[in-house]
Amino acid sequence: MRQALEEIKFSKEELERYSRHLIIPEFNIEGQKKLKHARVLVVGTGGLGAPLLLYLTAAGVGTIGIVDFDIVDYSNLQRQVLFTTADVGRPKVEAARERLSALNPFVQFEVFNTRLDSTNALDIISQFDIVADGTDNFPTRYLVNDACVLAGKVNVFASIFRFEGQASVFNYLYADGSRGPNYRDLFPTPPPPGLVPSCAEGGVIGVLPGILGSLQANEVIKVVSGVGEPLAGRFFQFDAAEFKTRIFKISKDPENPLTGQNPTQTELIDYEFFCGINPNHTTMSNHDSKGQLSVTTLNDWIKSGKDFQLIDVREPYEFEIANIGGTLIPKGEILKHLEKIDPHKDVAFLCRSGKRSQDVIDLLQKEYGLKNLYNIAGGILAWADEIDPGMAKY
Amino acid sequence: MITIFIPTPLRRFAAEQAKVNVNAKNVAEAIRSLTSIHPSLTPYIYDEAELIRKHVRIYLGEDDIREKDGINTLLKEGDELSIIPAIAGGSI
Repeated sequence: MRQALEEIKFSKEELERYSRHLIIPEFNIEGQKKLKHARVLVVGTGGLGAPLLLYLTAAGVGTIGIVDFDIVDYSNLQRQVLFTTADVGRPKVEAARERLSALNPFVQFEVFNTRLDSTNALDIISQFDIVADGTDNFPTRYLVNDACVLAGKVNVFASIFRFEGQASVFNYLYADGSRGPNYRDLFPTPPPPGLVPSCAEGGVIGVLPGILGSLQANEVIKVVSGVGEPLAGRFFQFDAAEFKTRIFKISKDPENPLTGQNPTQTELIDYEFFCGINPNHTTMSNHDSKGQLSVTTLNDWIKSGKDFQLIDVREPYEFEIANIGGTLIPKGEILKHLEKIDPHKDVAFLCRSGKRSQDVIDLLQKEYGLKNLYNIAGGILAWADEIDPGMAKY
Repeated sequence: MITIFIPTPLRRFAAEQAKVNVNAKNVAEAIRSLTSIHPSLTPYIYDEAELIRKHVRIYLGEDDIREKDGINTLLKEGDELSIIPAIAGGSI
Protein backbone atom coordinates (compact mmCIF):
# COMPACT_ATOMS: atom_id res chain seq x y z
CA MET A 1 0.00 0.00 0.00
CA ARG A 2 1.51 3.25 -1.13
CA GLN A 3 2.02 5.90 1.53
CA ALA A 4 0.17 9.19 0.93
CA LEU A 5 2.35 12.20 0.14
CA GLU A 6 1.18 13.98 3.31
CA GLU A 7 2.26 11.06 5.46
CA ILE A 8 5.86 10.99 4.19
CA LYS A 9 8.32 11.38 7.10
CA PHE A 10 12.10 11.47 7.25
CA SER A 11 14.48 9.97 9.78
CA LYS A 12 17.39 11.95 11.20
CA GLU A 13 19.76 10.14 8.81
CA GLU A 14 17.58 11.03 5.84
CA LEU A 15 17.31 14.69 6.89
CA GLU A 16 21.09 14.88 7.10
CA ARG A 17 21.56 12.98 3.82
CA TYR A 18 19.21 15.28 1.89
CA SER A 19 20.12 18.51 3.71
CA ARG A 20 21.56 20.18 0.59
CA HIS A 21 18.14 19.80 -1.05
CA LEU A 22 16.27 20.88 2.06
CA ILE A 23 18.07 24.23 2.28
CA ILE A 24 17.26 25.23 -1.31
CA PRO A 25 14.33 27.62 -0.70
CA GLU A 26 12.37 26.55 -3.82
CA PHE A 27 12.94 22.85 -3.19
CA ASN A 28 12.96 22.34 0.60
CA ILE A 29 11.33 19.46 2.43
CA GLU A 30 8.22 19.62 0.23
CA GLY A 31 10.31 18.80 -2.86
CA GLN A 32 12.07 16.04 -0.97
CA LYS A 33 8.75 14.54 0.12
CA LYS A 34 7.63 14.43 -3.51
CA LEU A 35 10.85 12.65 -4.44
CA LYS A 36 10.41 10.09 -1.69
CA HIS A 37 6.79 9.55 -2.70
CA ALA A 38 7.71 9.10 -6.37
CA ARG A 39 7.99 5.88 -8.36
CA VAL A 40 10.39 6.35 -11.29
CA LEU A 41 11.12 3.73 -13.94
CA VAL A 42 14.54 3.80 -15.61
CA VAL A 43 14.60 1.79 -18.85
CA GLY A 44 18.12 0.59 -19.59
CA THR A 45 21.11 0.54 -17.27
CA GLY A 46 23.66 1.53 -19.90
CA GLY A 47 25.51 4.78 -20.54
CA LEU A 48 22.46 6.97 -19.85
CA GLY A 49 21.01 4.69 -17.18
CA ALA A 50 24.19 4.80 -15.09
CA PRO A 51 24.16 8.52 -14.20
CA LEU A 52 20.35 8.52 -14.15
CA LEU A 53 20.24 5.74 -11.57
CA LEU A 54 23.14 7.06 -9.50
CA TYR A 55 21.72 10.58 -9.23
CA LEU A 56 18.09 9.55 -8.74
CA THR A 57 19.19 7.16 -6.00
CA ALA A 58 21.43 9.74 -4.37
CA ALA A 59 18.63 12.34 -4.61
CA GLY A 60 16.24 10.11 -2.67
CA VAL A 61 13.57 9.03 -5.16
CA GLY A 62 11.43 6.68 -3.07
CA THR A 63 11.05 3.78 -5.49
CA ILE A 64 13.12 3.19 -8.59
CA GLY A 65 12.24 0.56 -11.19
CA ILE A 66 15.09 -0.79 -13.29
CA VAL A 67 14.56 -2.69 -16.56
CA ASP A 68 17.37 -4.39 -18.44
CA PHE A 69 17.95 -7.85 -19.87
CA ASP A 70 21.65 -7.57 -20.46
CA ILE A 71 24.75 -8.72 -18.62
CA VAL A 72 27.75 -6.51 -17.86
CA ASP A 73 30.38 -6.69 -20.59
CA TYR A 74 33.94 -5.29 -20.73
CA SER A 75 32.93 -2.92 -23.54
CA ASN A 76 30.37 -1.32 -21.18
CA LEU A 77 32.90 -0.06 -18.66
CA GLN A 78 34.15 2.83 -20.84
CA ARG A 79 30.91 4.74 -20.02
CA GLN A 80 28.60 2.71 -17.76
CA VAL A 81 30.03 4.02 -14.50
CA LEU A 82 27.49 2.11 -12.45
CA PHE A 83 29.54 -1.07 -12.88
CA THR A 84 32.99 -2.23 -11.84
CA THR A 85 35.34 -4.68 -13.50
CA ALA A 86 34.24 -7.32 -11.00
CA ASP A 87 30.65 -7.01 -12.32
CA VAL A 88 31.55 -8.29 -15.81
CA GLY A 89 29.36 -11.31 -16.56
CA ARG A 90 26.67 -10.40 -13.98
CA PRO A 91 23.11 -9.41 -14.89
CA LYS A 92 23.07 -5.63 -15.07
CA VAL A 93 19.97 -5.20 -12.92
CA GLU A 94 21.55 -7.21 -10.10
CA ALA A 95 24.86 -5.37 -10.19
CA ALA A 96 22.92 -2.08 -10.36
CA ARG A 97 20.70 -2.92 -7.39
CA GLU A 98 23.69 -3.88 -5.26
CA ARG A 99 25.65 -0.72 -6.11
CA LEU A 100 22.65 1.59 -5.69
CA SER A 101 21.45 0.02 -2.44
CA ALA A 102 24.91 0.64 -1.01
CA LEU A 103 24.66 4.26 -2.15
CA ASN A 104 21.26 4.88 -0.54
CA PRO A 105 19.56 2.25 1.64
CA PHE A 106 16.43 4.41 1.92
CA VAL A 107 15.49 3.77 -1.72
CA GLN A 108 13.36 0.80 -2.76
CA PHE A 109 14.34 -0.93 -5.99
CA GLU A 110 12.06 -3.00 -8.21
CA VAL A 111 14.11 -4.76 -10.86
CA PHE A 112 12.89 -6.35 -14.09
CA ASN A 113 15.56 -8.62 -15.54
CA THR A 114 13.84 -8.72 -18.90
CA ARG A 115 13.76 -7.08 -22.32
CA LEU A 116 11.04 -4.44 -22.45
CA ASP A 117 8.73 -5.41 -25.31
CA SER A 118 5.18 -4.98 -26.52
CA THR A 119 3.91 -7.77 -24.27
CA ASN A 120 5.19 -6.35 -20.97
CA ALA A 121 5.79 -2.62 -21.48
CA LEU A 122 2.33 -1.34 -20.52
CA ASP A 123 2.20 -3.56 -17.46
CA ILE A 124 5.63 -2.44 -16.21
CA ILE A 125 5.27 1.23 -17.11
CA SER A 126 1.81 1.47 -15.53
CA GLN A 127 3.33 0.64 -12.15
CA PHE A 128 5.33 3.90 -12.14
CA ASP A 129 4.66 7.65 -12.16
CA ILE A 130 7.30 8.71 -14.63
CA VAL A 131 9.68 7.02 -17.06
CA ALA A 132 13.27 7.86 -17.99
CA ASP A 133 14.29 6.33 -21.30
CA GLY A 134 17.94 5.35 -21.38
CA THR A 135 17.72 2.79 -24.17
CA ASP A 136 20.01 2.55 -27.17
CA ASN A 137 17.93 1.49 -30.16
CA PHE A 138 15.01 2.74 -32.23
CA PRO A 139 12.51 -0.09 -31.63
CA THR A 140 12.69 0.41 -27.85
CA ARG A 141 12.57 4.21 -28.23
CA TYR A 142 9.26 3.99 -30.06
CA LEU A 143 8.01 1.30 -27.69
CA VAL A 144 8.75 3.42 -24.60
CA ASN A 145 7.25 6.50 -26.22
CA ASP A 146 4.05 4.78 -27.29
CA ALA A 147 3.63 2.95 -23.98
CA CYS A 148 4.10 6.21 -22.06
CA VAL A 149 1.49 7.96 -24.21
CA LEU A 150 -0.98 5.06 -23.88
CA ALA A 151 -0.39 4.74 -20.11
CA GLY A 152 -0.38 8.51 -19.55
CA LYS A 153 3.17 8.79 -18.21
CA VAL A 154 5.77 11.51 -18.67
CA ASN A 155 8.78 10.24 -20.67
CA VAL A 156 12.08 11.92 -19.87
CA PHE A 157 14.16 11.28 -22.97
CA ALA A 158 17.82 11.45 -23.91
CA SER A 159 19.72 9.91 -26.78
CA ILE A 160 23.34 9.88 -27.79
CA PHE A 161 25.48 8.97 -30.78
CA ARG A 162 29.22 9.49 -31.05
CA PHE A 163 29.50 13.24 -30.21
CA GLU A 164 25.79 14.09 -30.46
CA GLY A 165 23.37 14.33 -27.55
CA GLN A 166 19.61 14.99 -27.56
CA ALA A 167 17.17 15.42 -24.69
CA SER A 168 13.52 16.32 -24.13
CA VAL A 169 10.59 15.73 -21.81
CA PHE A 170 7.81 14.01 -23.74
CA ASN A 171 4.10 13.68 -22.97
CA TYR A 172 4.45 16.21 -20.15
CA LEU A 173 1.28 16.76 -18.13
CA TYR A 174 0.45 20.46 -17.91
CA ALA A 175 -1.60 21.97 -15.10
CA ASP A 176 -4.62 22.26 -17.42
CA GLY A 177 -4.55 18.50 -18.04
CA SER A 178 -3.18 18.77 -21.58
CA ARG A 179 -0.13 16.82 -22.71
CA GLY A 180 3.07 18.06 -24.32
CA PRO A 181 4.43 16.66 -27.59
CA ASN A 182 5.95 13.19 -27.74
CA TYR A 183 8.73 11.47 -29.69
CA ARG A 184 6.48 10.79 -32.69
CA ASP A 185 5.76 14.51 -33.03
CA LEU A 186 9.48 15.00 -33.50
CA PHE A 187 10.37 11.90 -35.50
CA PRO A 188 7.24 10.25 -36.97
CA THR A 189 9.16 7.20 -38.19
CA PRO A 190 12.63 5.80 -37.60
CA PRO A 191 15.35 5.91 -40.22
CA PRO A 192 15.21 3.00 -42.64
CA PRO A 193 17.49 0.14 -41.61
CA GLY A 194 20.86 0.28 -43.25
CA LEU A 195 20.84 4.07 -43.39
CA VAL A 196 21.73 4.57 -39.75
CA PRO A 197 25.06 3.31 -38.54
CA SER A 198 24.61 0.25 -36.39
CA CYS A 199 26.72 -1.98 -34.20
CA ALA A 200 30.29 -0.82 -34.19
CA GLU A 201 29.67 1.58 -37.04
CA GLY A 202 28.16 3.65 -34.23
CA GLY A 203 30.13 4.21 -31.07
CA VAL A 204 29.90 6.96 -28.50
CA ILE A 205 32.36 9.13 -26.64
CA GLY A 206 32.24 7.75 -23.09
CA VAL A 207 31.54 11.00 -21.19
CA LEU A 208 28.61 12.01 -23.40
CA PRO A 209 26.00 9.67 -21.84
CA GLY A 210 27.25 10.91 -18.47
CA ILE A 211 26.33 14.47 -19.48
CA LEU A 212 22.99 13.63 -21.09
CA GLY A 213 21.99 11.10 -18.40
CA SER A 214 22.69 13.73 -15.75
CA LEU A 215 20.49 16.23 -17.60
CA GLN A 216 17.79 13.54 -17.73
CA ALA A 217 18.07 12.94 -13.97
CA ASN A 218 17.70 16.69 -13.42
CA GLU A 219 14.55 16.77 -15.56
CA VAL A 220 13.10 13.79 -13.66
CA ILE A 221 13.70 15.60 -10.38
CA LYS A 222 12.14 18.79 -11.76
CA VAL A 223 9.05 16.97 -13.06
CA VAL A 224 8.58 15.08 -9.80
CA SER A 225 9.15 18.06 -7.52
CA GLY A 226 7.37 20.59 -9.72
CA VAL A 227 10.35 22.92 -9.40
CA GLY A 228 11.56 24.86 -12.45
CA GLU A 229 10.46 24.68 -16.07
CA PRO A 230 10.82 21.19 -17.57
CA LEU A 231 12.22 20.63 -21.07
CA ALA A 232 8.73 19.93 -22.43
CA GLY A 233 7.78 21.07 -25.93
CA ARG A 234 11.46 21.79 -26.39
CA PHE A 235 14.35 19.78 -27.67
CA PHE A 236 17.94 20.08 -26.47
CA GLN A 237 20.83 19.32 -28.78
CA PHE A 238 24.43 19.05 -27.60
CA ASP A 239 27.36 18.91 -29.99
CA ALA A 240 30.18 17.64 -27.79
CA ALA A 241 32.72 18.01 -30.59
CA GLU A 242 32.24 21.76 -31.06
CA PHE A 243 30.72 22.39 -27.61
CA LYS A 244 27.56 23.89 -29.03
CA THR A 245 24.18 23.62 -27.37
CA ARG A 246 20.88 24.49 -29.02
CA ILE A 247 17.27 24.35 -27.97
CA PHE A 248 14.49 23.93 -30.54
CA LYS A 249 10.71 24.05 -30.21
CA ILE A 250 8.74 20.86 -30.74
CA SER A 251 5.27 21.27 -32.13
CA LYS A 252 2.54 18.67 -32.20
CA ASP A 253 2.20 16.77 -35.46
CA PRO A 254 -1.46 16.60 -36.57
CA GLU A 255 -0.58 13.26 -38.20
CA ASN A 256 0.80 11.69 -35.02
CA PRO A 257 -0.80 8.18 -35.02
CA LEU A 258 -1.23 8.31 -31.21
CA THR A 259 -2.13 11.90 -30.43
CA GLY A 260 -2.83 13.56 -33.78
CA GLN A 261 -6.15 14.67 -35.23
CA ASN A 262 -7.13 11.17 -36.37
CA PRO A 263 -5.35 8.71 -34.10
CA THR A 264 -4.99 5.29 -35.70
CA GLN A 265 -2.97 3.54 -33.05
CA THR A 266 -4.55 2.54 -29.76
CA GLU A 267 -2.21 -0.23 -28.69
CA LEU A 268 1.43 -1.24 -28.87
CA ILE A 269 2.70 -2.64 -32.16
CA ASP A 270 5.59 -4.83 -33.38
CA TYR A 271 8.44 -2.33 -33.05
CA GLU A 272 11.12 -4.47 -34.67
CA PHE A 273 8.90 -4.69 -37.73
CA PHE A 274 8.06 -0.97 -37.51
CA CYS A 275 11.79 -0.21 -37.60
CA GLY A 276 12.29 -2.57 -40.53
CA ILE A 277 14.36 -5.03 -38.56
CA ASN A 278 14.03 -8.66 -39.54
CA PRO A 279 14.66 -10.62 -36.35
CA ASN A 280 15.66 -13.72 -38.34
CA HIS A 281 18.70 -11.87 -39.57
CA THR A 282 19.93 -10.75 -36.19
CA THR A 283 19.47 -13.85 -34.08
CA MET A 284 22.51 -15.96 -33.44
CA SER A 285 22.27 -19.20 -35.29
CA ASN A 286 24.06 -22.39 -34.38
CA HIS A 287 22.88 -24.29 -37.38
CA ASP A 288 23.28 -23.64 -41.06
CA SER A 289 19.83 -22.50 -42.10
CA LYS A 290 19.34 -21.28 -45.65
CA GLY A 291 22.12 -18.88 -46.56
CA GLN A 292 23.36 -18.78 -42.97
CA LEU A 293 26.72 -20.20 -42.01
CA SER A 294 27.50 -20.95 -38.38
CA VAL A 295 30.95 -20.06 -37.10
CA THR A 296 31.49 -23.78 -36.42
CA THR A 297 30.96 -24.61 -40.08
CA LEU A 298 33.12 -21.66 -41.09
CA ASN A 299 35.85 -23.04 -38.86
CA ASP A 300 35.45 -26.44 -40.54
CA TRP A 301 35.71 -24.80 -43.97
CA ILE A 302 38.93 -23.10 -42.97
CA LYS A 303 40.44 -26.18 -41.35
CA SER A 304 39.52 -28.45 -44.26
CA GLY A 305 41.20 -26.09 -46.74
CA LYS A 306 37.94 -25.57 -48.65
CA ASP A 307 38.31 -23.21 -51.59
CA PHE A 308 36.01 -20.31 -50.64
CA GLN A 309 36.21 -16.55 -50.31
CA LEU A 310 35.85 -14.72 -46.98
CA ILE A 311 34.82 -11.08 -47.18
CA ASP A 312 34.79 -8.88 -44.08
CA VAL A 313 32.39 -5.95 -44.54
CA ARG A 314 33.33 -4.05 -41.39
CA GLU A 315 35.26 -0.78 -41.19
CA PRO A 316 39.11 -0.85 -41.19
CA TYR A 317 39.26 0.31 -37.55
CA GLU A 318 37.03 -2.60 -36.54
CA PHE A 319 39.19 -5.03 -38.52
CA GLU A 320 42.16 -3.83 -36.48
CA ILE A 321 40.45 -4.73 -33.20
CA ALA A 322 39.77 -8.32 -34.23
CA ASN A 323 39.81 -10.24 -37.50
CA ILE A 324 40.10 -13.72 -38.96
CA GLY A 325 41.69 -12.66 -42.22
CA GLY A 326 39.73 -12.46 -45.45
CA THR A 327 39.27 -9.53 -47.80
CA LEU A 328 38.25 -6.28 -46.14
CA ILE A 329 35.58 -4.39 -48.10
CA PRO A 330 33.50 -2.07 -45.88
CA LYS A 331 29.75 -2.37 -46.45
CA GLY A 332 29.51 1.14 -47.88
CA GLU A 333 32.12 0.39 -50.55
CA ILE A 334 30.94 -3.02 -51.64
CA LEU A 335 29.43 -1.81 -54.93
CA LYS A 336 32.72 -0.15 -55.88
CA HIS A 337 34.52 -3.46 -55.49
CA LEU A 338 32.14 -5.94 -57.09
CA GLU A 339 35.01 -7.28 -59.20
CA LYS A 340 36.67 -8.58 -56.04
CA ILE A 341 33.78 -10.96 -55.37
CA ASP A 342 34.55 -14.32 -56.97
CA PRO A 343 31.42 -15.58 -58.84
CA HIS A 344 32.84 -19.09 -59.10
CA LYS A 345 33.32 -19.77 -55.39
CA ASP A 346 31.24 -19.92 -52.25
CA VAL A 347 31.55 -16.50 -50.62
CA ALA A 348 31.14 -16.03 -46.85
CA PHE A 349 30.42 -12.53 -45.54
CA LEU A 350 31.46 -11.45 -42.06
CA CYS A 351 30.68 -8.41 -39.90
CA ARG A 352 30.44 -7.79 -36.17
CA SER A 353 27.08 -9.42 -35.39
CA GLY A 354 25.85 -10.76 -38.74
CA LYS A 355 23.54 -7.87 -39.60
CA ARG A 356 25.60 -5.73 -41.94
CA SER A 357 26.84 -8.81 -43.77
CA GLN A 358 23.23 -9.91 -44.31
CA ASP A 359 22.38 -6.45 -45.67
CA VAL A 360 25.25 -6.79 -48.15
CA ILE A 361 24.07 -10.25 -49.22
CA ASP A 362 20.48 -9.05 -49.63
CA LEU A 363 21.73 -6.24 -51.85
CA LEU A 364 24.01 -8.44 -53.96
CA GLN A 365 21.33 -11.08 -54.44
CA LYS A 366 18.56 -8.63 -55.25
CA GLU A 367 20.42 -6.16 -57.46
CA TYR A 368 23.09 -8.34 -59.02
CA GLY A 369 21.66 -11.84 -58.78
CA LEU A 370 24.84 -13.17 -57.19
CA LYS A 371 24.63 -16.71 -55.85
CA ASN A 372 26.51 -18.89 -53.39
CA LEU A 373 26.61 -16.14 -50.79
CA TYR A 374 26.66 -17.09 -47.12
CA ASN A 375 26.09 -14.93 -44.08
CA ILE A 376 28.23 -15.79 -41.09
CA ALA A 377 25.57 -15.90 -38.39
CA GLY A 378 26.48 -13.96 -35.25
CA GLY A 379 29.51 -12.42 -36.96
CA ILE A 380 32.88 -12.08 -35.34
CA LEU A 381 31.21 -11.89 -31.91
CA ALA A 382 30.03 -15.49 -32.37
CA TRP A 383 33.51 -16.46 -33.53
CA ALA A 384 34.97 -14.97 -30.32
CA ASP A 385 32.33 -16.74 -28.23
CA GLU A 386 32.48 -20.17 -29.83
CA ILE A 387 35.80 -20.60 -31.63
CA ASP A 388 38.42 -18.22 -30.26
CA PRO A 389 37.84 -17.07 -26.66
CA GLY A 390 41.12 -15.13 -26.82
CA MET A 391 39.66 -12.75 -29.39
CA ALA A 392 38.61 -9.27 -28.19
CA LYS A 393 34.88 -8.53 -28.38
CA TYR A 394 33.87 -4.96 -28.99
CA MET B 1 24.22 34.00 -47.04
CA ILE B 2 22.41 31.21 -45.18
CA THR B 3 24.24 29.06 -42.62
CA ILE B 4 23.32 25.38 -42.38
CA PHE B 5 24.48 23.57 -39.25
CA ILE B 6 25.49 19.96 -39.87
CA PRO B 7 24.90 17.63 -36.91
CA THR B 8 27.87 15.56 -35.79
CA PRO B 9 26.53 12.23 -37.16
CA LEU B 10 26.36 13.66 -40.70
CA ARG B 11 29.65 15.53 -40.72
CA ARG B 12 31.58 12.70 -42.26
CA PHE B 13 29.36 13.12 -45.32
CA ALA B 14 30.10 16.86 -45.38
CA ALA B 15 33.89 16.91 -45.33
CA GLU B 16 33.77 17.12 -41.51
CA GLN B 17 32.28 20.62 -41.67
CA ALA B 18 30.17 21.80 -38.71
CA LYS B 19 28.43 24.39 -40.91
CA VAL B 20 28.06 25.14 -44.58
CA ASN B 21 27.17 28.52 -46.07
CA VAL B 22 24.88 28.67 -49.07
CA ASN B 23 22.90 31.25 -51.03
CA ALA B 24 19.22 30.41 -51.19
CA LYS B 25 15.79 32.01 -51.27
CA ASN B 26 13.98 29.21 -49.47
CA VAL B 27 14.65 26.07 -47.45
CA ALA B 28 14.36 23.68 -50.41
CA GLU B 29 16.95 25.67 -52.33
CA ALA B 30 19.26 25.81 -49.33
CA ILE B 31 19.16 22.05 -48.78
CA ARG B 32 19.61 21.41 -52.50
CA SER B 33 22.67 23.67 -52.49
CA LEU B 34 24.02 21.77 -49.52
CA THR B 35 23.59 18.38 -51.17
CA SER B 36 25.13 19.65 -54.40
CA ILE B 37 28.22 20.76 -52.45
CA HIS B 38 28.24 17.48 -50.46
CA PRO B 39 26.41 14.84 -52.55
CA SER B 40 27.14 12.08 -50.00
CA LEU B 41 24.65 13.78 -47.67
CA THR B 42 21.77 13.25 -50.11
CA PRO B 43 20.51 9.81 -48.97
CA TYR B 44 20.66 10.89 -45.33
CA ILE B 45 18.37 13.86 -45.95
CA TYR B 46 16.11 12.88 -48.85
CA ASP B 47 14.18 9.66 -49.33
CA GLU B 48 13.66 7.91 -52.67
CA ALA B 49 10.79 10.27 -53.49
CA GLU B 50 13.14 13.20 -52.85
CA LEU B 51 11.18 14.27 -49.80
CA ILE B 52 12.93 15.19 -46.56
CA ARG B 53 13.17 11.95 -44.57
CA LYS B 54 10.75 11.61 -41.67
CA HIS B 55 13.49 11.00 -39.13
CA VAL B 56 15.16 14.28 -40.10
CA ARG B 57 13.86 17.65 -38.92
CA ILE B 58 14.87 20.98 -40.38
CA TYR B 59 14.80 24.02 -38.11
CA LEU B 60 14.94 27.68 -39.03
CA GLY B 61 16.36 29.30 -35.94
CA GLU B 62 14.53 27.48 -33.15
CA ASP B 63 11.39 26.75 -35.16
CA ASP B 64 10.52 23.59 -37.08
CA ILE B 65 9.95 24.49 -40.74
CA ARG B 66 6.82 22.29 -40.51
CA GLU B 67 5.31 25.12 -38.44
CA LYS B 68 6.13 27.59 -41.22
CA ASP B 69 5.84 26.83 -44.94
CA GLY B 70 7.82 23.59 -44.87
CA ILE B 71 10.54 23.48 -47.49
CA ASN B 72 8.97 26.52 -49.17
CA THR B 73 9.72 28.66 -46.12
CA LEU B 74 11.39 31.84 -47.33
CA LEU B 75 14.84 32.65 -46.02
CA LYS B 76 16.56 35.97 -45.51
CA GLU B 77 20.19 36.96 -45.27
CA GLY B 78 21.80 35.64 -42.11
CA ASP B 79 19.20 32.93 -41.41
CA GLU B 80 20.40 29.75 -39.74
CA LEU B 81 19.12 26.27 -40.60
CA SER B 82 19.76 23.19 -38.45
CA ILE B 83 19.41 19.59 -39.57
CA ILE B 84 18.42 17.25 -36.76
CA PRO B 85 18.38 13.49 -37.38
CA ALA B 86 16.98 10.94 -34.94
CA ILE B 87 19.75 9.13 -33.09
CA ALA B 88 19.46 6.12 -30.83
CA GLY B 89 22.62 5.20 -29.04
CA GLY B 90 25.93 3.58 -29.65
CA SER B 91 24.78 0.15 -30.66
CA ILE B 92 21.79 -1.88 -31.69
